[in-house]
Amino acid sequence: MISINNVRKVYPSRQGEVKAVDRVSLEIKDGEIFGVIGYSGAGKSTLIRMLNGLEIPTEGSITVAGREVSRIKGSELRKARQEISMIFQHFNLLWSRTVAENIAFPLEIAGVSKAERDSRVKELISLVGLDGRDDAYPSQLSGGQKQRVGIARALANNPKVLLCDEATSALDPQTTDAILDLLVDINHRLGLTIVLITHEMHVIRKICHRVAVMEGGSIVETGPVLQVFKNPEKPVTKRFVQQVTEPEETKETMGHLVANYPRGQVIQLTFVGEGAEQPLITNLIRKFPLTVNILQGKISQTQNGSYGTLFIHLDGEEPDVAQALAFIREQEVGVEVISHG
Amino acid sequence: MADLFPNVVWENMWEATLETLYMSGISVVATFVLGAILGLLLFLTSKGNIWENKPINIIISAFVNIFRSIPFIILIVLLIPFTKLILNTMIGENAALPALIIGAAPFYARMVEIGLREIDKGVIEAARSMGAKTSTIIWKVLLPESMPALVSGITVTAIALVSYTAMAGVIGAGGLGNLAFLEGFQRSQNDVTLMATIIILVIVFVIQFIGDFITSKLDKR
Repeated sequence: MISINNVRKVYPSRQGEVKAVDRVSLEIKDGEIFGVIGYSGAGKSTLIRMLNGLEIPTEGSITVAGREVSRIKGSELRKARQEISMIFQHFNLLWSRTVAENIAFPLEIAGVSKAERDSRVKELISLVGLDGRDDAYPSQLSGGQKQRVGIARALANNPKVLLCDEATSALDPQTTDAILDLLVDINHRLGLTIVLITHEMHVIRKICHRVAVMEGGSIVETGPVLQVFKNPEKPVTKRFVQQVTEPEETKETMGHLVANYPRGQVIQLTFVGEGAEQPLITNLIRKFPLTVNILQGKISQTQNGSYGTLFIHLDGEEPDVAQALAFIREQEVGVEVISHG
Repeated sequence: MADLFPNVVWENMWEATLETLYMSGISVVATFVLGAILGLLLFLTSKGNIWENKPINIIISAFVNIFRSIPFIILIVLLIPFTKLILNTMIGENAALPALIIGAAPFYARMVEIGLREIDKGVIEAARSMGAKTSTIIWKVLLPESMPALVSGITVTAIALVSYTAMAGVIGAGGLGNLAFLEGFQRSQNDVTLMATIIILVIVFVIQFIGDFITSKLDKR
């Protein structure tokens, strides 16, 4: 559906050239929810803007839904944009128009007749769950409702691709989840390909099938979400994964516990997919003469399976602990020793 | 009334009021159109916008700044040859119109530009991402989204235009300014001057009221 081929984007500046995107290649499949994660300045915003021709690559080519958007211009590009719609961090609604009029705007652009517009707008309003708010102005809506209008507006012309530019970054966690659920629902129902950029790993974990991690204009790591969670390779990816698996307080708690348990070892277990469903702790206690103390645990759902982390404290004779660790490693469970007691 | 304003000839006063309203009305409409066009051009050709074009921007900007800086009373005199050329006369209400419009449109163009710059760039980007043409962006995004600023700007400009018509009156354009100057000042009939002033104040208040009302109705932010 989307093919990005060796794309560079360079901006001239007084201090020489600034590389916003540097040699990026990606293939995004039809119907996929693809996430690009990176800190601000990583180039993800420029990358997503090149997918609908808001930015033109300096080098390389981009093909979306069979059209080479990096090359076409004028009416051809405008036509292509009707199939590649976009939602924004700050919603970008027209304050002078009501909800219904905002959603009708892209239909006006596409030259749809008034009668058809009206019925399509009705459909879209109920698709995004805004029934009854047709005549409200954006200023009367909450952030989540505004983004629903943004989504309805983006879907108006039956696009093939939906680009989400930090679509949930201005929303509170609860509203974020509701909007993400809506996006998954749309992806299932309409078979729409979704590309989103974000700096929140939570968003990737919750709805993406595959993820690319961007840093300094390049993609440093890419793969199915679960795999990236299981084996983050680059330091930046590890930091993003920690956003979800290790809440802030974990480190403090660990320090505290390590101090409290001078003997034994504190270890972090990582369960992915099948592994998450084995009775590992029971087996450990039955097989080895150890004290197992559960410190903290968490299981997260991703679009391709569940992913869990568990922090435990193992206490016992040195060889027993070593054997236990070896046993865990055989179980397709990731082990990381946090500290030696 | 007759005791308070012994020298006022009401018929003349009424006629002068109509002349003032006529000059103000026509010039407000023309200023709105011309100023909006100039303001849009200023905005669209500025850095980072759809028609980014430095030379054109500099030319329009210079034109606007020059005509905005010339004191109106001098502008009228400067424009006499031009007025004669297009209207064949330099006396009467119509003769005031070119100077009024050329004096006010650049002033209004700047206000239009400021109003347009206040529009969230993201909204324009959103329209582009939907495949909107530039004309669609102008008519359906830029103008509606800046309408409250455009209306409050034209209100201020209209009030300035009323006072410009009075100045134009002094050099023979008719209207309340003319009446106040000829009948009031030169014949030492202060009551005529006072009455003309009162009527002008009423006109200004009415314009302000209407402008504020429309602005608040339009503004859905």
